[in-house]
Amino acid sequence: MGFEESYIQLNGCRIRMRRGGKGQAVLYLHGANGAMQVQPFMNELAKDFDLLVPEHPGFGYSDEPDWLENIQDLAYFYLDFLKEQKLDTVHVIGSSLGGWLAMEMAIREPSRFKSLVLVGTAGVRVPNILPGDIFLWSPEQMVRNTFFDQAIAEKMLATPPTTAEEQDAQLKNRHTVAKLAWQPRLFDPFLAKWLHRIDMPVKLIWGENDKIMPPAVGRMLAELLPQASLQTYENCGHLPQVERASEFSAVVKKFIEEA
Amino acid sequence: MNVILFHLMGYADLDFEATKQYETVWVNLPNSFYDPVKGHKLYNRYLDELEYAEELGFDGVAVNEHHQTAYGLMPSPIVMASALARRTKRVKIAILGSALPLREHPMTVAEEHAMVDVISGGRLISGFVRGIGAEYHTFGINPTISHDRFHEAHDLIVQAWTKPGPFSFSGRHYNVDYVNLWPRPYQTPHPPIWVPSQGSKETIDWASHPDRRYTYLQTFSPAKTVEKYLQSYRDTAADYGYEAADSQLGWAVPIYVSDTDRQAIREAKHHFELFRNRLLKMPFEMLLPPGYTSRDSLKRVMAAKAMLSQDLTIETAIEMGMIICGSPESVRQRLEEYWKSMRFDNLLTMLHFGSLPEDLTRRNMKLFAENVLPALQSMKAGSGATAT
Repeated sequence: MGFEESYIQLNGCRIRMRRGGKGQAVLYLHGANGAMQVQPFMNELAKDFDLLVPEHPGFGYSDEPDWLENIQDLAYFYLDFLKEQKLDTVHVIGSSLGGWLAMEMAIREPSRFKSLVLVGTAGVRVPNILPGDIFLWSPEQMVRNTFFDQAIAEKMLATPPTTAEEQDAQLKNRHTVAKLAWQPRLFDPFLAKWLHRIDMPVKLIWGENDKIMPPAVGRMLAELLPQASLQTYENCGHLPQVERASEFSAVVKKFIEEA
Repeated sequence: MNVILFHLMGYADLDFEATKQYETVWVNLPNSFYDPVKGHKLYNRYLDELEYAEELGFDGVAVNEHHQTAYGLMPSPIVMASALARRTKRVKIAILGSALPLREHPMTVAEEHAMVDVISGGRLISGFVRGIGAEYHTFGINPTISHDRFHEAHDLIVQAWTKPGPFSFSGRHYNVDYVNLWPRPYQTPHPPIWVPSQGSKETIDWASHPDRRYTYLQTFSPAKTVEKYLQSYRDTAADYGYEAADSQLGWAVPIYVSDTDRQAIREAKHHFELFRNRLLKMPFEMLLPPGYTSRDSLKRVMAAKAMLSQDLTIETAIEMGMIICGSPESVRQRLEEYWKSMRFDNLLTMLHFGSLPEDLTRRNMKLFAENVLPALQSMKAGSGATAT
């Protein structure tokens, strides 16, 4: 399944987007690590959907606009993006920071979203349960703590980014994540009180061994969101879409088709 | 040259053996390792040492700010400066500095510095810093807006000191409808402002700007690095179209004097190496959170990362000019050479470091004051410690 790469100019900011497949429009919002590559689960989903994978402003090969100061700025940007792309309604899959972004968008314009899939999402805080300190971890700890399956971590550690461009993109991603999520760390204290507005079907997906976003966050969101169900994976870390690519894709496909 | 005793007030009583398993003494070293009874003695000992500096003829005393660390016990240097304001009569009192972005409201810095200036009858030197990377982890302040907050807090403080109140201040981070400082500072237009730094280009550009001409202090670094950054300040000033005065430059350096070179090294070795290899050590991610420096600076530091984290012996540190250590004659000679090549008018002497005990600290101070200080004070090229 081929993905087409294009650049989109919006609000004085040029972003890179990959788009592939046909069917209902599904917007994938990436997390802190960006979306430099098309991943196997994306290829899988593009068999049934029109999958849009933009790189957020401040990430990867997208611009870093001056106006980008917090997650709400990013939410308004993507609401404008939907309008610009003439997408009246979409399904959204958001991973981690991208899940938080999806919720910030959905409380503002709930009618545009047919469903949300939130994977190990950030955005809310369970009192006294902290996310992993991604800014204190060394690059190696970061990779190891992302996955339950250390074979995946080993493989990633064995092939670090080599080109200056890739290394710059990593520093850029990290900078933007700090800008958006350093404090309050990976959540918005004012988000939880508006979650009742997210009245579309929501699938929460979590690895039970997630060391970045504690599974307790998923359990809390399952209570706070009116139409949410939580699915967890044993022996799985922060990125089920990578560690359990085929199961993940099948579950998401079924959920979106039924939503 | 103005010679100032600069005290870091490290926790010399730390159990260095028991805390060996911790990667760093910053941010998350459990505070059960701090003993307030020992701390009580230590604070009073350190304050005595600073007061002793006035007796010995130093031009000033200096304190600094660090948080949640055994490296230094002054989360508020202003508390120390106010104690010193009452117990000294002549010396300048330098706060090097207050970490502006870490404060929720910069008006409190303007007020507290003004208080010390008034109590001391105009002896305050105000230092402004951003706080080090580790402190953005402890305080949760966003490092990506650190420069922004620093500049805006600075503007508010200087206006509060100099503009007749009440007036209003509107910014991105701070908005105050009634700026009307009581008390106003004693010195006119305001206390001198010094900027200690490890040499970031952004800081040098900002401090040397003709609107400010703030005294730039290079903190604990190899002599070659000090020379490079002081020269960079002079070059930047020249690019701005003026010649930087020597009084705009300073260097903070550990110094240890004993009877002979060998004895000095023997006495200082353990304490200095604890300072350099334990108290200063922290993981890269703690030292440089994203946005604290520009990404270009970050990449440069990453390239030199291996060298930064290496342990150093005192012998190597002496060779590199990170500490000046030896007989009175050697120390004087070394400092004269450095002064001749760098022409800094302010020398911040760190005569206590690491776990250096009281008797050695006082002897160091006395030997330095009797045998080195007078020669340094007579090296005059520019004006005094009054750059604004």
